[in-house]
Amino acid sequence: MAATATLVSPRPGTLWTAFASNRLFWVGLVLLAAIIIVAVFAPLIAPHDPLEQNIVVRLEPPSAEFLLGTDGYGRDVLSRLIFGARISLLVGFLAILVAMIIGATIGIVAGYVGGRFDQLVMGLLDVMLSFPTLLLGLMIAAMLGASLQNLIIAIAITEIAPFARVARAPTISLKQRDFVEAGRALGFGPVRIMGVHILPNMISDVIVMSSLWMASAIRTEASLSFIGLGVPPPTPTWGSMIREGFENILDGWWLAVFPSLAILVTVLALNLLGDALRDAIDPKLRGE
Amino acid sequence: MIRYAIKRLLLAIPTLFVMLTAIFVLVRLVPGDAASVILGDQATEASLRALRTRLGLDQPLHVQYLSFIGDVLSGNLGQSLSSGRSVAQEVLLVLPYTIELTLAAITIGVVLGLPFGIAAAVGRNSWVDYASRLVSLVGLSFPAFVSGILLLIVFAIQLGWFPVLNTSGSGALERLRNLALPAFNLGIIMMAYVVRVTRASMLGVLGEDYIRTARAKGVRPTRLILRHALRNGLIPIVTVVGLYFGTLIGNSVLTEIIFNRPGLGKLILGALNARDYTLLQGLMIIFAICVIVVNTLTDLAYGLVDPRVKYK
Amino acid sequence: MTSASAAALDIRNLRTEFKIGEGWYPAVRDLSLSLAPNETLAIVGESGSGKSVTALSILGLLPRAGARIGAGEVLFDGRDLAKLSEREMSMVRGNAIAMIFQEPMTSLNPTMTVGEQIAEAIVIHRDGSRKAAMAEALRLLKEVKIPSAESRIHDYPHQFSGGMRQRVMIAMALACRPKILLADEPTTALDVTIQAQVLLQLNELKQAYGMSVLFITHNLGVVAQIADRVAVMYAGEVVELADVDTLFARPTHPYTEALLRAMPRADQSSDSLDPIPGSVPALTAMPPGCAYAPRCPYRQVRCEEQRPELAPAKDASHLVRCPVRIAAEVSA
Repeated sequence: MAATATLVSPRPGTLWTAFASNRLFWVGLVLLAAIIIVAVFAPLIAPHDPLEQNIVVRLEPPSAEFLLGTDGYGRDVLSRLIFGARISLLVGFLAILVAMIIGATIGIVAGYVGGRFDQLVMGLLDVMLSFPTLLLGLMIAAMLGASLQNLIIAIAITEIAPFARVARAPTISLKQRDFVEAGRALGFGPVRIMGVHILPNMISDVIVMSSLWMASAIRTEASLSFIGLGVPPPTPTWGSMIREGFENILDGWWLAVFPSLAILVTVLALNLLGDALRDAIDPKLRGE
Repeated sequence: MIRYAIKRLLLAIPTLFVMLTAIFVLVRLVPGDAASVILGDQATEASLRALRTRLGLDQPLHVQYLSFIGDVLSGNLGQSLSSGRSVAQEVLLVLPYTIELTLAAITIGVVLGLPFGIAAAVGRNSWVDYASRLVSLVGLSFPAFVSGILLLIVFAIQLGWFPVLNTSGSGALERLRNLALPAFNLGIIMMAYVVRVTRASMLGVLGEDYIRTARAKGVRPTRLILRHALRNGLIPIVTVVGLYFGTLIGNSVLTEIIFNRPGLGKLILGALNARDYTLLQGLMIIFAICVIVVNTLTDLAYGLVDPRVKYK
Repeated sequence: MTSASAAALDIRNLRTEFKIGEGWYPAVRDLSLSLAPNETLAIVGESGSGKSVTALSILGLLPRAGARIGAGEVLFDGRDLAKLSEREMSMVRGNAIAMIFQEPMTSLNPTMTVGEQIAEAIVIHRDGSRKAAMAEALRLLKEVKIPSAESRIHDYPHQFSGGMRQRVMIAMALACRPKILLADEPTTALDVTIQAQVLLQLNELKQAYGMSVLFITHNLGVVAQIADRVAVMYAGEVVELADVDTLFARPTHPYTEALLRAMPRADQSSDSLDPIPGSVPALTAMPPGCAYAPRCPYRQVRCEEQRPELAPAKDASHLVRCPVRIAAEVSA
């Protein structure tokens, strides 16, 4: 007997037109693409070596040679900014990926199993959700120690709960649907049903929300780096660059301003993207 | 309503325990031996052992857990390793500043945010609407420390309107000047959030049938918006703003660092740098309790404001 | 036909348009109706026929963006309501002309007590204290037969059942003794037994207050119970206008006939239920000739080319928008 075909969510066509027509979506997408390109081709684009110190030219304002100025060690701000994009994007992406995998799994399982287990999990999720992201990340990162790996883990943990929530809701409604009943009648085990039948139908919801949460993840990463809990120096990250800028704020405004703008633009782009995607799914918010 | 309140209060208790347990686990996640991390490589074996005993680290885990819970419930949050004062004392020293900042931020956020949110919903797709949405989107994209630094640079350093470092004057004007930029920083971000939430909520309400009924009755636009729409729209706004409180705490930590204000934020930073794990643990517990209290209060407020819950 | 000068409400050539995409399309086209004092005029039609839009147009309750009155007049009390400003309209609404809606569950403000909502109508339009308004609200609640009105007046809408809420709506609408009541499917969402009670009550109140009622419904059974005259609407136009007995005895327009055939009746077996084939044309795709022609068993070539006018059938008070059927009637 042939296996039941999976039902793909019927919306993709209309969904695409809904957010393709939103101008802000394109702005966000273009911005994000630009940042990704900069990050990927960093070694080719950056005019100087981000780690190269040159005390002679320390704390120089923006000039022809150092377009965005130099920091306290004479390093080129622009190059450090470009390489910093790599860290921010990498951390943001990986953290969200991990959070998505773990969170969605928890959400689907809880939704599918239901009952007491579901209630327990939801209670725990609510507790996690109500706790400020930054503080949670701060505590975890503080305890684990500052490193790239720990940073990703800390941020991932803070973003698990939202994913679980978003995965659970459609699971609950999907599990009542006929094709799931059919699958159970055919003797499919729960893992197969969850993985093959339920998962593809709600994956679009989850992915849509991930861009919004990636913005949150990058914000958290910058904040944690700023506090000193991020990737240790001399690796350039936007957050730690701002910290240096903050400490030398009277010596040079450019030290803090440019990385700030970089973070702002990245987070804004992701927010624009995520908002447009989410609005496409929820028309009421567009005012219609 | 009473039943709802009791249920809600009861719910807070297991939540508290879960959080305390999580904090307990978290603090003991510190890799390596806590004592040597605290005292450093140069510490003698004797002092390491003394510290371990003092911190109770030589006891089996479940005993540690029980005494931890017992301590917390009896109000003993431990002693700061760096200052020697009790955690409670440290907190009380800086609490007024944090409360002052938080209240100012909430005021700015709500007082500015509500009208813009309402205007955006009422004038759907007008320029007010687009402007509000854009501004609030940008506002929400700034991490709190970024906006803080930019504000600092522009208003304090370049323009000199506000002090760069917190002055210690005690006159009312001094305090206001010290408070202004940090409160504004937090307030703007909160305003962005309030505008969004208000707009969404009001848009939902304005489309409801009872608004049409009221209009059919001859209710004028002002009263329609304020008495009929807002009164219903506030319900989800209150809830969501209460949930925002957690983020507000996080942002205030960053803001205090930037503007060099005394408060819980600076305390955390100091504890982190000094590896004062007891203080850190105590602070986490305090934050957890704050969050639970605010969430519970928000839920109770929701019960008061929505007659459907009040009169079940 | 009542003389125009004595009409309580006179709609002339009303055209209400909605913005779809870039263009404006009429949902109500060239509609003329007049409502006599103390009469109940029923407007019958499927969803999309424009009946609700007509009522909303009278009171200017269309959504501000995307809808407008393109042409025509709504004459009431010597004024054209279509030309009034929002402020002037708000003085008419709930006062001289009141409206009740279909969904009692969602049409009342959940955060105001029932008494406050009724009293509000009075406070807006009449001078006098809140106390007096609340006293009147109590009287109205008793009049619509809400049991234990004294204590119920302080209850919130969610504490009432659907039928009770509809009575509250009626009380609220009648608070200022309107001359005209617009009722947009008020009983559709209710149980059949409750429906009968509410209809009965409406009728009693109408007699007591001396109002005209414009009753919108898709249910011909309800029409038979309460209407004096009936207007059948299709695709934004009146296609048949007659007094109630004539309509049921001699339905002339093909659509009316079809509606009657499609209606389940106690004296016929349900095998003979006849749903109407086809569907109402979209606003953006209105045919050039008669709007019903595509579904009409009597259609002729000229029906699809020329838009028919409303003309009298056998007697002057019976108007039909179908020259084919009028001719058949007359020669019968």
